[in-house]
Amino acid sequence: MSTKTEPYVTQDTPLVIGDRTFRSRLMVGTGKYRDNASMVAAIRASGADMVTVAVRRVDLDRSKEQAILHHLDPEEFFLLANTAGCYTAEEAIRYARLARAAGFNEWIKLEVIGDEKTLLPDVQATLEAAHVLVDEGFKVMAYTNDDLIMALRLEDAGCVSVMPLASPIGSGLGLVNPFYIREIKDRLQVPVIVDAGVGTASDACATMEQGVDGVLMNTAIAAADDPVAMAEAMRLGVRAGRLAYLAGRMPRREIAVPSSPTRGMLD
Amino acid sequence: MTDQAKDTIALVVNGKDRRIARGATVRKLLDDLELLPGMVVVEHNREILPRERYDEVELEDGDRLELVHFVGGG
Repeated sequence: MSTKTEPYVTQDTPLVIGDRTFRSRLMVGTGKYRDNASMVAAIRASGADMVTVAVRRVDLDRSKEQAILHHLDPEEFFLLANTAGCYTAEEAIRYARLARAAGFNEWIKLEVIGDEKTLLPDVQATLEAAHVLVDEGFKVMAYTNDDLIMALRLEDAGCVSVMPLASPIGSGLGLVNPFYIREIKDRLQVPVIVDAGVGTASDACATMEQGVDGVLMNTAIAAADDPVAMAEAMRLGVRAGRLAYLAGRMPRREIAVPSSPTRGMLD
Repeated sequence: MTDQAKDTIALVVNGKDRRIARGATVRKLLDDLELLPGMVVVEHNREILPRERYDEVELEDGDRLELVHFVGGG
């Protein structure tokens, strides 16, 4: 009787943030699409179940086409409101409270911007706002720099997830500091979601290969020539990077090692 | 004082001046603007107004309102 060994296939665990389980490790934004139909098609193609939205004044002249809820079903997608565009802790707290009053959930993607040119986060103000919002019962997912100490402080403040950037918002520069991202992932207990900077599918893959729990992106999909195709590419890139991480990559060597036997060559 | 000024009050809605009939409620303002109450969040003089109070809160001269909703964002 011959013995047959099953190939070992690594199983992934579901992504749990706070008290919620998500199917996808890719989260996507809803901004900057050419039209609402391509936004919805791209989000579906991405496989994301968490999507981000912004809080803004109703444009009283043309409210119908603007409101995201006319196009996205909150039963189908988990809406994560952001505090994008806020430059102070007070402002971010005000936007978070307005978002919660919309009545969907008490989650907030906290971002406090510190500089108009780079859109890099004001981490001090972010931490200050995080403390207030966690006290008020918010589930805070905090956008931050790729800085370990600040990531640890945000975790200590009670954030359900810490979201370091890959590179500046909307830059598409990809993962500029894999070492710092790995360090943050190694040291935090809460899920680490890399937010901002991914430009194309290989960036998403390389980011997931660092072992982080997920990736959040918007412009890379919305600003592609074909957002739906890019969304599919991102879904696959995130999946590939996650599997490669779980599979455990071979060690890097600075010398070549032949793949075929060196013995058995002809005279 | 003109008739209009007597019968109406001045508001600032999303940063713009607007007049509405004296005694109008927040609900009346939303109806005038053709906004569904479930689709917006109202901040009334910097305080978030719970939806169940839209019908009861009467607007006063000089009130500042912010009507916000979710739009596309990253």
